[in-house]
Amino acid sequence: MEKNRLGMLCFIATEAIFFGMLLVAYLYFRFSSNGGPGPGPKNLDVATTAFFSLFLFSSSFTIWQAERALHRQNRNGVILWLVATVVLGVIFLSGQGLEWSKLIAEDITVSRNTFGSTFFTLTGFHGLHVLAGLIMISMLAGFAIAGWFKGPKSVALDVISLYWHFVDIVWVVLLTIIYLIPLVA
Amino acid sequence: MSDFTLVPEPTAPLPKITEQEGLLSWVASVDHKLLGLMYIGTSVIFLLLTGLEALLMRIQLSSARNTFLSPETYNQIYTVHGTTGVFLVVVPLGLGFGIYLVPLQIGARDMAFPRLNALGYWMFLFGGLLLYYSFIAGGAPNMGWFAHAPLTAHAYNTTQGVDYWAFGLLMTGIGTTTGGLNFIVTILTMRATGMKLLQVPVFTWTILVNGFLIIGTMPPLNAALVMLIIDRQFGAHFFSPDSGGSSILYQHIFWAFGHPEVYIMVLPAFGIISEVLPVFSRKPLFGYIFVAGSTVAISFLSYAVYAHHMFAVGLGHLFEALFGLSSELIAIPTGVKIFNWIFTMWGGKLRFTVSMLYAIAFIILFTIGGITGVTFAVIPTDWQTTDSYYVVAHLHYVAFGGIFFAIMSGFYYWFPKATGRMLSERLGKWNFWLIFIGFNITFFIQHFLGLMGMPRRVYSYPDVANWSLFNLISTIGAFMMAFAILLFLINVVISLTRGERASDNPWDAWTLEWATSSPPPIENFHTIPPIRSRRPLWDLAHPEDPDWNRSHKAERSVPQ
Repeated sequence: MEKNRLGMLCFIATEAIFFGMLLVAYLYFRFSSNGGPGPGPKNLDVATTAFFSLFLFSSSFTIWQAERALHRQNRNGVILWLVATVVLGVIFLSGQGLEWSKLIAEDITVSRNTFGSTFFTLTGFHGLHVLAGLIMISMLAGFAIAGWFKGPKSVALDVISLYWHFVDIVWVVLLTIIYLIPLVA
Repeated sequence: MSDFTLVPEPTAPLPKITEQEGLLSWVASVDHKLLGLMYIGTSVIFLLLTGLEALLMRIQLSSARNTFLSPETYNQIYTVHGTTGVFLVVVPLGLGFGIYLVPLQIGARDMAFPRLNALGYWMFLFGGLLLYYSFIAGGAPNMGWFAHAPLTAHAYNTTQGVDYWAFGLLMTGIGTTTGGLNFIVTILTMRATGMKLLQVPVFTWTILVNGFLIIGTMPPLNAALVMLIIDRQFGAHFFSPDSGGSSILYQHIFWAFGHPEVYIMVLPAFGIISEVLPVFSRKPLFGYIFVAGSTVAISFLSYAVYAHHMFAVGLGHLFEALFGLSSELIAIPTGVKIFNWIFTMWGGKLRFTVSMLYAIAFIILFTIGGITGVTFAVIPTDWQTTDSYYVVAHLHYVAFGGIFFAIMSGFYYWFPKATGRMLSERLGKWNFWLIFIGFNITFFIQHFLGLMGMPRRVYSYPDVANWSLFNLISTIGAFMMAFAILLFLINVVISLTRGERASDNPWDAWTLEWATSSPPPIENFHTIPPIRSRRPLWDLAHPEDPDWNRSHKAERSVPQ
């Protein structure tokens, strides 16, 4: 296997375990009896978050389109789809910012109770990963504008797109566990 | 490969940085040989610090009701001693050996990601400095190296020691993770032409397995540290039971890291021993496949045994029984290795160099540490001995008598390759015997202290039957070891300047790193010999009887 790709896969493995541990903490507190009263998943605005999540999910599609454009050696296509990915990611992050400020206004913070601690830690670390991805994709877009991508393949785009899909999948898991399952349960 | 370059190739010639050109060449280096030596050198400095801390503790404990250290200072010293020993000495020594040797053993120019390699080193160094800065910043951490909650809560600490501990370990932990990742990619993608995965030298194999162990194990530690940091900095409630958090959760996550961590420390040691014994017995390693396979088995099992560190918590009988069982199970692949090593020596032409002496001592001491380890899998025994000096004795037999002796064996073995000079065997033998005797004097007696009920991590003790005497004996042994380490350093300094010149292959070894010059040139190899077996240099030296001409199942049993 190409070494950068393998390196990224190993990195993603470590990240998956890291998020897994934070999730274990979240679930442990949800299902243990000593969580105590106070805010919980019922205080979350599921519809709004689900709406903003659509932007993140579609950004996985746009970065894939960027790869395809590179494969066709269509420079403008690469630029367009990369910029679109960044815009979608920024919209998602803004949505998360809105959600956080609303919760904090209701005095639901990291120090309120164990739900607050785990919720802000999980979503916060995911947000940081989105931010890191956006910085890297912006750099890729800059390189594309500078004309450094000749195609038909680029390892840099390849591995960052892998990372971006991973960040997306983490959000699928978080959205399901934190937001959607409590609706049903 | 990439079709574009992130940094355009310079047109004007860059200033030349060679290994001889001062500080900048060290700070800016991305060469795996230099970084490997920097890892090892830095770890040795931390070893001296942790040794100094051990001596301070041993002076305090040399007699009953001693007042050399205050209880507060004693708590800080044993915490930093343990943290340093695990995270800043033993783990980075293994990493350093791997970073130096793996590219040479597989015939590569460098690690897969040289800059990431440098990043890992600097994270390790600054993480360590952050920990030690806590002494200046008002007080070192004082809750023991595994930092069980709620001792890490503000209520139990008036200083910032825990914060320095957590941030320092987080940095070091990220550095270690990059190292593990780099090992995997290097070994899987950068082997010389012709070298199959199961033909890599056994040290490289253990480092590969170690790489997987690292990337599976460090993230839980980092997660625990991150939660601890958020608890302390932002008032979260992860590990504070009085506000809904759980101190048991911390123990689960920490030991899910903590036990595989033991194997992160020991796998490189296994690798070193498996390289040294065949060379000084003049036989191939007995059962390469079994050594390789049991290494994999150990790393899988190591995740399934962690809760034996938590038997005192009271987790329920079924849970405890399962972990007791799995902990006994892991003795099997470890035992397989011990027999592999003994049969490697069996009937061989043994050469008792210092390196070989250390390797043999490793087998003996590690076996003792392993046997006391199995006693912890027996839950009632664990309840009786946990948190006593029996545990202290056990873990030092594993970490010092086992792992550190193996590292010393590797040090004497590869020193000629890295420096072009031989270490003095005469000083080395003094060094070995002093440290071997000193070690056993210090720690063997602690088994009995523990069984007599002396608790660990207590700054003083009443003078009940023989405790003073036993502790004094232990302290005397500690000073013997300190003297032996001093001899070792003198040996290194003298040999670096006046040691006998080493040939390319001074020990008649058969693995690839001995094919290049001593020390290796910056590009490692000018030409790489053809690789068709696990012992390419044997094939080269014996074209009439190469290994690849034999069935790979037929092990050679006659010494060569």
